[in-house]
Amino acid sequence: MSALTRRELLAKSLLSGAGLFVAFHVPRKAGAVPEPAAKQLPDPNAFVRVAPDDSVTVLLAHSEMGQGIWTGLAMLIAEELECDWSKIRVEHAPAAPVYAHPAFGMQMTGGSTTTWSEFDRYRTAGAMARDMLVRAAAAQWKTDPKRLHTEKGYVVRGKQRLSYGQLAVAAQALTPPKKVQLKDRKDWKILGKPMRRLDSPEKITGKAQFGIDVRLPDLRTALVARSPVFGGKVKSFDAGKARQVKGVEQVVQVPTGVAVVATNFWSAKLGRDALQIDWDLGPGASLDTTRLLEDYRAQARTKGPVAAERGDADAALAAAARRVVAEYDVPYLAHATMEPMNCTVRLAAGRCEIWTGTQFQTMDQASAARITGLAPESVFIHTQFLGGGFGRRATPSSDFVSEAVHVAKAAGVPVKVVWTREDDMRGGYYRPLFLHRIEAGLDAKGRLSAWRHGIVGQSILTGTPFEPFMVKNGIDATSIEGVTESPYLEGVPARRVTLHSPRNPVPVLWWRSVGNTHTAFAMESMLDELAWAAEQDPLEFRAALLAEKPRHLRALKTAAQMAGFGKPAPAGRARGMAVHESFGSIVAQVAEVSVDEDKEIRVHRVSCAVDCGTAINPLGIEAQMQGAIAYGLSAALHGAVTLKDGRVEQSNFHDYRVLRMPEMPQVEVQVLESEAKMGGIGEPGAAPISAAVANAVYALTRQRLRSLPLRLA
Amino acid sequence: MQLNVNGTAREVDVQEDMPLLWVLRDVLGLPGTKFGCGMAQCGACTVHLEGEAVRSCVLPVSAVGNRMVTTIEGLSPDGSHPVQQAWAERDVVQCGYCQPGQIMQAAALLAHHPNPTDGEIDLAMAGNICRCGTYQRIREAVHRAAAQKRAEK
Repeated sequence: MSALTRRELLAKSLLSGAGLFVAFHVPRKAGAVPEPAAKQLPDPNAFVRVAPDDSVTVLLAHSEMGQGIWTGLAMLIAEELECDWSKIRVEHAPAAPVYAHPAFGMQMTGGSTTTWSEFDRYRTAGAMARDMLVRAAAAQWKTDPKRLHTEKGYVVRGKQRLSYGQLAVAAQALTPPKKVQLKDRKDWKILGKPMRRLDSPEKITGKAQFGIDVRLPDLRTALVARSPVFGGKVKSFDAGKARQVKGVEQVVQVPTGVAVVATNFWSAKLGRDALQIDWDLGPGASLDTTRLLEDYRAQARTKGPVAAERGDADAALAAAARRVVAEYDVPYLAHATMEPMNCTVRLAAGRCEIWTGTQFQTMDQASAARITGLAPESVFIHTQFLGGGFGRRATPSSDFVSEAVHVAKAAGVPVKVVWTREDDMRGGYYRPLFLHRIEAGLDAKGRLSAWRHGIVGQSILTGTPFEPFMVKNGIDATSIEGVTESPYLEGVPARRVTLHSPRNPVPVLWWRSVGNTHTAFAMESMLDELAWAAEQDPLEFRAALLAEKPRHLRALKTAAQMAGFGKPAPAGRARGMAVHESFGSIVAQVAEVSVDEDKEIRVHRVSCAVDCGTAINPLGIEAQMQGAIAYGLSAALHGAVTLKDGRVEQSNFHDYRVLRMPEMPQVEVQVLESEAKMGGIGEPGAAPISAAVANAVYALTRQRLRSLPLRLA
Repeated sequence: MQLNVNGTAREVDVQEDMPLLWVLRDVLGLPGTKFGCGMAQCGACTVHLEGEAVRSCVLPVSAVGNRMVTTIEGLSPDGSHPVQQAWAERDVVQCGYCQPGQIMQAAALLAHHPNPTDGEIDLAMAGNICRCGTYQRIREAVHRAAAQKRAEK
């Protein structure tokens, strides 16, 4: 069977939904598969379908992993289409070039970019569909389209109304408009309003289908025994006992280990437990995170590639009236999505079909094509709801997808590879361990005069397809984001930031807010140390440095005011603050903490102000701030993946603790709109919280905690 | 062996040590109950056994006997249980993966404590992890569901 064209592929995807769907169809020259171009209007077919039953289906070019785009992108369409909100359905789009990210050129979800990058494309698709429906009505009524208006899924002329469903077939035959006028912001009816999620009904009834829930005829479940040490390989194995387990059908070797294929998960697990494997562990077996951190400390004192420099930082430090030196470190972290990694693959008749929750469709499609020898168009990805992503489901190596394709290929049956929690926790792709060494100088008036900053940590991007454009002169942009462009450093006359990117076999990856997970901790902790050293109020010290940054200043002052910063905290509590810009948005947080008799840090309240430019769904923004704070607090208070003799020491939620309900602070969120370019929302809330908490702990105890997770002596 | 799931008698032919979770998911075709940890640490697999919240990932199917099992699919026919309604009204879900377990846990809590305090909610829900961090809205939704249930009486 030959590779399908994009048009056929889209048509297939339509058929796979409700059988009677009639979609708009834009005639296209045979064989033309245009790449999306910024100036070209989108193909409305690809993003919205109006059916004779009045339903409006929005196709998501990105993946819903909790961040709320299932609702947010539908809002963009609905605003311009003027359809009935209750008739909207949403589907994940298939993997196809038309769904490439407008900014990145590949189909993916990440970097807190979905809403701002799709703001024009989805609104335009909605406006084009509306235009075609209005013209269809005008033709039927033999009138000028300009005399018609639309409301809630109807085209209206006086007392006459035609529903979008009644017009869908006629509209389908029309040529799409060459240009459309998008609504002025003051005319918005949906955008900017708090809208509840469209995926709630299926998610509260257990009907929502995640990758792990996929069922197919003759589908088998496989578990893979992987090397206990990163980079290890199978030397030999004995599957005799595994094959005797009831339900086990096959044991096959794949590049990552040995897969046990069974009729169900439990049999596959018992079979895997019974495997005997001799591993060639390789150099990874000597990895030890305690020693790694010591190495990093030593490296931070040596000169590394320069990421940013201005003036003579060495001379300025020597001349400073006062010097403050501090080292901050953060451990490896697992994403620990609630849904463990999994991927279902069916290879048949020249097609590779994949069902999974992924953030990286284009990469996964290319990886599967390479492994199967098929063309990418013959790889069909059915994106399912993601039971959490946080970056883990965006691997440039397509790790969990590639492995499942290998298993399906070796086993010759449709197979769902499921990772146990232990597999997931020990499977790598961690937020890298990082160390920051900062030496800062204050002049005689307590002003910041010098900044020398050494960063040490593995590069996420080196060795991936992103390296050519995101690693420049040995500097991985994700290792330094939040430091080199820090607004605090702009006015510092002499500064130098250097970066060491040591290599080791531990796979590392972006983790909700990426480099900002550690740079915000280091920068905002150091700023706090300097404020105390200069004997200045932490808010005023920051405000002086942010005098030219009105958005930062407004966010910080708003959060401070919400928290009552400067007023006495309740007995036994203290407050700390942090403000950080990431993904185009600015988030300020004030944490109110206490310490209990077991020296456990309790975070009671977090006041959070966020400036993301234009706010599309305030209800969703509030949820993302609350959620990102909880995610960041897991790292601030508990999270650490450690290695000894190359083995990951943690395995499940009992020894890799995450935030639980009793630890959730009361989070108050204020959304500050501004005229600035729209920023991201999924990640920026996670960045400042660990520093805000550490700064509050210092205010309370006068103990400066410079390692995450925060532990009082 | 025979199981009573969501009010229906089901015959299953499985290993005795297979956890109830995998019988529900892989054998009976009820995937609403989720796998999260396999060791009763996260609560994603929470179901009701005679109305009590239990972790199905560590419950051998042979230990269930003829006790009534209720899963998220059987909590209400249409999402109309007061806890589900409150979840929708308060816009709790994010990725949604843990929410069947959260909802089953909350429903069991309210069956015993019609008017729980924040502290009682925190305690009852402490075994249910949500990585998206929906805890604050869960707390609010449990209060809302409790008020709704009281109003219905």
